[in-house]
Amino acid sequence: MDILPILSTLRRHKLTSWLLILEIALTCAIVCNAVFLIGQRLQRMDMPSGVAEHELLQIQVADVTTPSNPYARLAEDVAVLRQVPGVISVASSNQVPFGSSSSNGNIRLDPAQPERTLFATTYFGENLVPTLGTRLVSGRDLQSDDFVDVETAMKGLGNGDSKSLPHVTLITQTLAERLWPGQNPLGRIIYLTPVVGLRVVGVVDSLVRPNAYDTAKAQYTMVVPLRMGASKDQSYLIRTRPEDRANVLAAALAALKKADPQRVVTTQRSFDEVRRKFFQDDRAMAGMLVGVIAALLTVTALGIVGLASFWVAQRRRTIGVRRALGATRGNILHYFQTENFVLATFGIALGMVLAYGINLFLMSHYELPRLPGVYFPVGAVLLWLIGQVAVLGPALRAAAVPPVVATRSV
Amino acid sequence: MFTYYLDLALRSLRRNKALTALMVLAIALGIGASMTTLTVLHVLSGDPLPGKSAQLYYPQVDPQDIKGMLPNKEPPDQVTLIDGLNLLHAGRADHQALMSGGSVPVQPEQSSLDPFYVEARYTTADFFAMFDAPFLYGHNWTDAEGEAKAREVVIAKSLNDKLFAGANSVGRTLRMAGTSFRVVGVLDSWQPNPHFYDLNTGSYAYGEQVFLPLQTMLELRLDRNGSTDCWGNGGGGVGSILPSDSCVWLQFWTQLDSPAKAAAYKEFLVHYSQDQKALGRFQRAPNVRLRSVMQWLDYQMVVPDDVRLQNGLAFGFLLVCLVNTVGLMLAKFMRRAAELGVRRALGASRRALFAQLLIESGVVGLVGGIGGLLLAMFGLWLVRQRPSDYAVLAHLDLSMLFTTFVLAVCATLLAGLLPAWRACQIAPALQLKSN
Repeated sequence: MDILPILSTLRRHKLTSWLLILEIALTCAIVCNAVFLIGQRLQRMDMPSGVAEHELLQIQVADVTTPSNPYARLAEDVAVLRQVPGVISVASSNQVPFGSSSSNGNIRLDPAQPERTLFATTYFGENLVPTLGTRLVSGRDLQSDDFVDVETAMKGLGNGDSKSLPHVTLITQTLAERLWPGQNPLGRIIYLTPVVGLRVVGVVDSLVRPNAYDTAKAQYTMVVPLRMGASKDQSYLIRTRPEDRANVLAAALAALKKADPQRVVTTQRSFDEVRRKFFQDDRAMAGMLVGVIAALLTVTALGIVGLASFWVAQRRRTIGVRRALGATRGNILHYFQTENFVLATFGIALGMVLAYGINLFLMSHYELPRLPGVYFPVGAVLLWLIGQVAVLGPALRAAAVPPVVATRSV
Repeated sequence: MFTYYLDLALRSLRRNKALTALMVLAIALGIGASMTTLTVLHVLSGDPLPGKSAQLYYPQVDPQDIKGMLPNKEPPDQVTLIDGLNLLHAGRADHQALMSGGSVPVQPEQSSLDPFYVEARYTTADFFAMFDAPFLYGHNWTDAEGEAKAREVVIAKSLNDKLFAGANSVGRTLRMAGTSFRVVGVLDSWQPNPHFYDLNTGSYAYGEQVFLPLQTMLELRLDRNGSTDCWGNGGGGVGSILPSDSCVWLQFWTQLDSPAKAAAYKEFLVHYSQDQKALGRFQRAPNVRLRSVMQWLDYQMVVPDDVRLQNGLAFGFLLVCLVNTVGLMLAKFMRRAAELGVRRALGASRRALFAQLLIESGVVGLVGGIGGLLLAMFGLWLVRQRPSDYAVLAHLDLSMLFTTFVLAVCATLLAGLLPAWRACQIAPALQLKSN
């Protein structure tokens, strides 16, 4: 197909051609970035937690009046939950993976260093590793004689008595690698405050923080042997078989209620629900982006149909003349298809530049990474396809113009 | 003349139904999408207390230790208990209140109701007058009662409806966390959005059910919610232990009736910081801020990033729809070159043709605007189905309704300008000849 006659025709419709090119370019630029954003959100929603999510339940109960001995109360509750049929393991924790509400600390490797090294989350709870199902990579798990009552620790912190503070910690592999790249983390000290130095005794494979908003820092996690009392902020974590979850949750709540009917259950959910809730905004955003892409491509396709139809109607006589001079239906069809391809190519080329510009703008405002090159061909192919599909109808109508049109006076 | 042009426009639009429908649809989609996101943005970045917020200021001082100090670093977002009480007792503002959030268990007298947790605000007495909280019954506790750790409570209308069937419950007893409180006031429906005075508990659609004196909470050690930030050997507090002195966990708000008073208060904050440094409590040079409500919301970047992104996306979409409409309109007008040529030849001026074509595009804009409005209402309904905390607030108000129409008509008129101008350039003789 000869491209020069097409270009010379387009030159006679400069304004309309440019409008179509501009529309394709804008669509291409927005679609490239939108597809990229969807990819980002889906990737985020896939963030690994490091725990056996399909086997876990979370329960939070609150006492109407503070129990006289919250530690004993918590131990009783855990014992009650262990008796529930189908329960494999029970833990208590101040926070849960993807739970949003979190306790965090500024980590220093030297107590005298002025700025923190990083900001890590701190899990306080007993029996967490076996219950959550995270894997111990090296060292040992926390033992019951590592644990210190939280109120004792708070008082110790206040009067600088380091004996009543916890001394050891578990950390994730990611955190170990970030703090001491390529070295053995076991035995090293992390400072939470100038007097709270915690020796790393074990490294777990993976344990996501409750506030995993930044993927790069999602695994900056420590488990500290602080014994928390029963309170409304404390969670009971129950591990069971996936198919038993509903029954075990009901039975566990009944058992807790039986132990004290005056209590209020504030949270009861599976970890699938925890994850769903944590990423609900990402899911909504991805859905909206899909909608925008669909709407954009539809509008652009309809615009192409509209303009192509107009051009075909305008050139009926020219088409008739060409047909009379020997052009086949196929020639006419290809003419309009090629014309659209040329316009789309101009649009896509301009669109790539725009897409890059939009990405630069988004990067400076929303902490997004650079648009990977792979999205450019995706956008290009998508728009070429849309253009060809949209132009097919009008082009077929053009091809159907009989040669006899040429002989009719207008 | 206008009605004649309108008639011509309608005839012309009817002649090519598919193309007209396409233009109207494109405008409607673009307007619908951008109005939906613009309304959400408008609702979320609104003034929580119109008419009052300009006089409300949020003081910040910097009690942190010398470690990690950087020039121009912002002071903490909240105050320590000591600083809060000092500033409160200094009483330099027209109104001032020290507060924190929490939740308390309510034990209803009716045996039919199980105990349940409600959101609570622990605050000093000036809160209600300062934030113009409307009372349905009774009034708030006094400063003296607050200092005396009175077991008094102000409850929200919804809780009053639930527990006392909406009756005047002033003087009745409410049992919470094992303690009996006397109801002294019932608030009418009141929920500032954003929840500007404490953004830690959720920014939107968040409202407390009970309001208790701060001093009473300090004595009873009721549960706290929100954010606690500590430095040095500070401990965040747990159970019955309050956060230590090197932790910020309270909000302190002031009302300053004139800009002069605000400037004077900022001076006072500097002096206060210097005094505290002289006493050895503060280590850093005075580092104070005094932001008004809107400045505070801006600084806290309370509007979610996703909402801004969606707004940008929707306007990008509107732009594509408009370019699309310009193209289609141009095609349509150029196709009528012959007709326009005849009108020119018969004496119509360029201006007259231009007006006629613009009216035609205005009609498309108006119909597209109505379609866009319906789509925006549908879009907002979709937003309300979302799980985000702000979703319930997404409603179209009168000003946005007006904006929708203005935007739709202006956008289409703008889109019609270029094609109309282009069509008016036609030389009448040429068109007549070719016919």
